[in-house]
Amino acid sequence: MNLMEYQGKELFRRSGIPIPRSQHCTTPEAVGDFLAQNPGEWVLKAQVLMGGRGKAGKIKFASGREQGIATAREIMATPMPPNRQNPNGEAINSLLVEEKLSIAKEAYCAITVDRTTKRPVAMVSKFGGMDIEDVAHDHPESIAKFFIDTAIGYSPFVGRELAFASDLDPGYRKQLPAILASLYQLFFEYGAKLVEINPLALTTDGRVIASDAKVELDDDALFKHKEFAEWHAVLPLDEDEKLATESGLGIRNFRRFGGTVGTMANGAGLAMATMDAVKNAGGEIANFLDVGGGANAERVRKCYELVVNHTPAKVFFINIFGGITRGDEVAKGIVEALRTTTSRKIPLVIRLTGTNEEQGRKILADAGMTPVETMDEGAAQAVRIAAGA
Amino acid sequence: MSIYLDKNSKVIVQGITGGEGSYHTGRMLAYGTQVVGGVTPGKGGQKSEHGLPVFNTVREAVEATGATHTCIFVPPPFAGDALFEAYEAGISFAVCITEGVPVHDVLRVVGATPGMQIIGPNCPGLISPGKASIGIMPGHIFKQGNVGLISRSGTLTYEVVDGLTRAGLGQSTCVGIGGDPIIGTTFVDCLRAFANDEETKAIVLCGEIGGSDEEDAAAFIAEHLRETPIVAFIGGRNAPPGKSLGHAGAIISGNFGTPESKIAAFKQAGVPVAERPSDIPALLKKTIGVLNS
Repeated sequence: MNLMEYQGKELFRRSGIPIPRSQHCTTPEAVGDFLAQNPGEWVLKAQVLMGGRGKAGKIKFASGREQGIATAREIMATPMPPNRQNPNGEAINSLLVEEKLSIAKEAYCAITVDRTTKRPVAMVSKFGGMDIEDVAHDHPESIAKFFIDTAIGYSPFVGRELAFASDLDPGYRKQLPAILASLYQLFFEYGAKLVEINPLALTTDGRVIASDAKVELDDDALFKHKEFAEWHAVLPLDEDEKLATESGLGIRNFRRFGGTVGTMANGAGLAMATMDAVKNAGGEIANFLDVGGGANAERVRKCYELVVNHTPAKVFFINIFGGITRGDEVAKGIVEALRTTTSRKIPLVIRLTGTNEEQGRKILADAGMTPVETMDEGAAQAVRIAAGA
Repeated sequence: MSIYLDKNSKVIVQGITGGEGSYHTGRMLAYGTQVVGGVTPGKGGQKSEHGLPVFNTVREAVEATGATHTCIFVPPPFAGDALFEAYEAGISFAVCITEGVPVHDVLRVVGATPGMQIIGPNCPGLISPGKASIGIMPGHIFKQGNVGLISRSGTLTYEVVDGLTRAGLGQSTCVGIGGDPIIGTTFVDCLRAFANDEETKAIVLCGEIGGSDEEDAAAFIAEHLRETPIVAFIGGRNAPPGKSLGHAGAIISGNFGTPESKIAAFKQAGVPVAERPSDIPALLKKTIGVLNS
């Protein structure tokens, strides 16, 4: 679960990371009221999960009630335009009104999990305020890293080492170790997969402040912090994620691509390989769908309906290789799903093998369906059907 | 030989009386695995439905049975604790099947359990065909032989194994390392073990988009395994950037984790990359032939 900036900053505040004074507002009027009571120029920042707000004109300055309302309306009037990160763009439902900082320098710091070393990694770069992936590409040597031993945890020398290794402006040196300490505490306490401050601002009066906040919490750890449920409710799901959730799938288990060959497989790896097989056979993929384990009739019916009702699929290629998922149960599920569905019928191509495959094939045969032997064969057949051959 | 697991390995199952734990214990026993008991707190002293002794704690189970391996089927919030308990009881090899274990729990466990080899979490386990199986892999598709297989995926592993077996290429050990962001045993760990295994003459590596495990593996191969026939496959070549498909590991983010970077890394290490899973057996045979000539 990715947090909005204002949510991330709330966690920063709880953890003692310095942040600008701010007010979260959901209407232009609320922005106006706040600015009426707080004289001077403030920054209005659109609250979205996408990056690139500055370029899109979704961060603006304003002072006083009238200008506050007008500027907030202007920002919220149109959604964030699409970019490579999010081709659909994103609606703007709230703003963060924030103290305008007088910035001397911008740096980058973050803590995330490193798969290679199996440790948390703290990263610091003197190139702040830009896309870190671009920095990693253009100046990989500028990102200083420290792999933290979880048994030892964070110790201030880590921050000192990183400040020197990344050649940060000396103005940061005194405060960086404490900020990283708080960031590590947040990372650990809330089970985050990423905590990122970009930019970490050094102000002209010598303060070091988190000017932005990017926090990704681990969905698998949310049960430890029930209070995040209400935060989750305000986060945008895209259409595919909504459809997946409504069908009882994980939010990452379904994605549409606009082609005519519907697919479903058990396991993300096989589902991706199934898409690749359809593509290799010359077909256009309608969707990615990982049905997960335990594909019972109800689950299979919902997946079938999901693909039939929400994609242009002309054929549905079901590719099941049984491990935990038992072939006979999937077969029963498929037969039952087709019997009970009220959605339009499209041809099925079924590949079913692995645990209890014989029983599964028999159930399908008894229902008048013929399973194919291999994934490539299934993909080729599905592509032929979709092409109307 | 084989790696990590053979017919003499004594295995306990943590969560043996649960639905999946019980079902797969039966399958492991049927495959010939020496499952010697299980653990379910509060059910100590009872017998499992397979007639195996059930213990309250891993320590008791290890003392009574001499088990060295464990297979963990407990729910996600308790999986980290189960791994710590196994470590403290002296278990040296732990397979964690559980999906959805908090990543910080895994970070803490792998950082504090030196000497215990952990497979997973969120993995199908491993199998040394003809000898023993720990986890949930369908045993009948495997065949004993000399190909070592490492895969990030579950069901895709079966797909690849099925192809190898049909082509007459048996396997020494197949390890499903799991798709989570942090896992106990990586491609490189397995490659190192296979490098020291006499029975393993060739290796198949099934990667997927996301992360840099495949690039790390390619670097290791270039340095240490130039003489071993190895073939790789990368799943998810048609996945769009920025969207994770199915599990968190499978995401292309910026320049990281793209199929292009992985394929380039393997090619540079002299490892041919199969276009599709069904191409793997022929490609492997060709690679074995080239290296032997």
